[in-house]
Amino acid sequence: MTDRDTPEERVPEHGHPLADAVHDVEALEHENRPPAAGPLGNAVTAVVVIAIGVAAVLGSVALGAGTAREPGPGTWPLLVSAVLTVLGVVLLALARQVHDAEKFTGTTWLVVAALASMVVFVAVIEVAGFEIPAALLCLVWLRFLGRESWRTSIITSLGVVAGFYLVFVAALAVPIPHLF
Amino acid sequence: MDLSPVIDGFGVVLEPTNLLYCLIGVVIGMLIGVLPGLGPAATIAILLPVTFGIEPVTAIIMLAGIFYGAQYGGTITSVLLRLPGEASSVVTVFDGHELARQGKAGTALGIAAIGSFVGGTVSIIALSLLAPLVAGFALDFGPPEYTALALLGILLVSTVSSGHRIKALVAASVGLLLATVGRDGFTSAERFTFDNLSLADGIDFVPIAMGLFGLGEILYNLEERHRATQAPAKVANAWPSRKDLRQSSGAIGRGSLIGFVLGILPGGGAVLSSLAAYALEKRRAKDPSRFGKGAVEGVAAPETANNAAATSSFIPLLTLGIPANATMAVIFGALLIQGVSPGPQLVSQEPELFWGVVNSMYIGNILLLIMSIPLVGLFVRILRVRATVLAPITVLITLIGVYTVNNDVFDIVLVIVFGAIGYLMKKLGFDPGPLVLAFVLGSLLEDSLRRSLLIFDGDATGFFTRPISGTLLAAFVLVAVLPLVRRALRRREEEHVDSSA
Repeated sequence: MTDRDTPEERVPEHGHPLADAVHDVEALEHENRPPAAGPLGNAVTAVVVIAIGVAAVLGSVALGAGTAREPGPGTWPLLVSAVLTVLGVVLLALARQVHDAEKFTGTTWLVVAALASMVVFVAVIEVAGFEIPAALLCLVWLRFLGRESWRTSIITSLGVVAGFYLVFVAALAVPIPHLF
Repeated sequence: MDLSPVIDGFGVVLEPTNLLYCLIGVVIGMLIGVLPGLGPAATIAILLPVTFGIEPVTAIIMLAGIFYGAQYGGTITSVLLRLPGEASSVVTVFDGHELARQGKAGTALGIAAIGSFVGGTVSIIALSLLAPLVAGFALDFGPPEYTALALLGILLVSTVSSGHRIKALVAASVGLLLATVGRDGFTSAERFTFDNLSLADGIDFVPIAMGLFGLGEILYNLEERHRATQAPAKVANAWPSRKDLRQSSGAIGRGSLIGFVLGILPGGGAVLSSLAAYALEKRRAKDPSRFGKGAVEGVAAPETANNAAATSSFIPLLTLGIPANATMAVIFGALLIQGVSPGPQLVSQEPELFWGVVNSMYIGNILLLIMSIPLVGLFVRILRVRATVLAPITVLITLIGVYTVNNDVFDIVLVIVFGAIGYLMKKLGFDPGPLVLAFVLGSLLEDSLRRSLLIFDGDATGFFTRPISGTLLAAFVLVAVLPLVRRALRRREEEHVDSSA
């Protein structure tokens, strides 16, 4: 963490106050984030963009590209996906120059776990109602993602589910699947 | 100017329901402003399901309150914790926190609140005068003008969005493609539905906005290393001294102007205007080195400007039907869901809605001024609520909220998918803002383009021969090409320096 409290460190790079302010703001925002991705990661991203573009081009042609005089259902998607493909190629060419993507690090597993808790929620909600999956989701987020104590996690999870039940089921009568 | 619809608008605002929702909106805005993490676009997206059950004017009054309320609240954490609650308050950190360290947190917060109030109010008055004129001018717009306007809007938003410009354009293109999913309005051909019945009517705006902005942001924040937050300095009230007020009055005036102008421009909005206002004050100052060491103007200017911009960014939305930034795109979506299509006819056809929303901002700003000066201690206490506890609650509100829209589990699946996409986009440096904006403008853009081509009988040069669409497209080309030219010039300059060295 850089100590930005000493103004001497904020050396103006371009001499322009707006550019300086933008630079300072970006530095502050990235202070606590994972490190930047390398050229390989950037290239993979660009290739994915190109792949989406090409797939969309093929799909649009299959829909019927039409002509300027008689635009078909595929005309507009074709234009957009052609632009997308070109942008992907430009990104690929810039892979060594951009530094605004982040590396996937160990903390990425937190996000995977968070997504898993949501997938479980949606998978069982129709069968088991929202109460149990919601409590589990809360528990996972509090105990494992938020590193709260077991006590806080369990009490908060139960409280949250009770609160949601009162608001959504008892008060608003929302037809969300529920057990009780 | 006929004043009776304006006065009727006050009648709309003073209805108890609308007053209540205005209060709810600004309190929520203030809260999410104070709590780092969720921005106004994400909050408004998450609350979209709530707006289904209420009147359009009431819903928009509340959503607008969240947006400008967040500009007030964002200041508090910037000043006290050096932890900006909102992107538009990041620049306030430099001088605001320095003031707090010198024991003048109250001064910083008070000046910010007064600046915000002045900026917001000036901007509402200017909006009231300007918006009907713009709308009147735009009434003659045909499909070619709308094509050009939408293209320019998307390009401008992509150009000034955070992150790399090419990546923002990629996001915008993907948004335009997503908008084509479903049945084609002209030929009723099924496009990109993969024979999935749930996709036949197109992808709903709600899960996209809730996923990309709401869940995406929460997931992205999970990777943030927890900062050691020191206990906030005690702030009982925030009355600035007469001297501070005098010192910052110029900054507040200039900030109002910059904010209003930049807020109208597509892509301008609160973030850019706060930066520009700060930069201007620093440039004008006799002693620029004071900035970063606790200059009152360094707080007054950006905080005034972000509020003025938040207000004036309603102009393009309510008069042209073109959202100027990500938050406006979500409000645009909310209006469409309510069956209101924003555009030049809105002022004359739905005067209660237009003037109701605009005039509610006076009330909202007064409420916010009260909450920011005498009641600021209350909101400082909110800082003790831990983000780790709020995150799962927000996730559950999102998952259950999106279900209530259509009572369909498929919408929960969609919101999770778009949440994952939103996380990946932010992680890889693609701003989701242009995607959502392009998505809401996508069908308007395609419709206008195809109608124009029919009008022109397939001759695309027709876009350039009509004066307004021609001018807009010329601006489009200028915005697209200018950075390339500048880069080429800079490279030549560098080579020149190299060769002479």
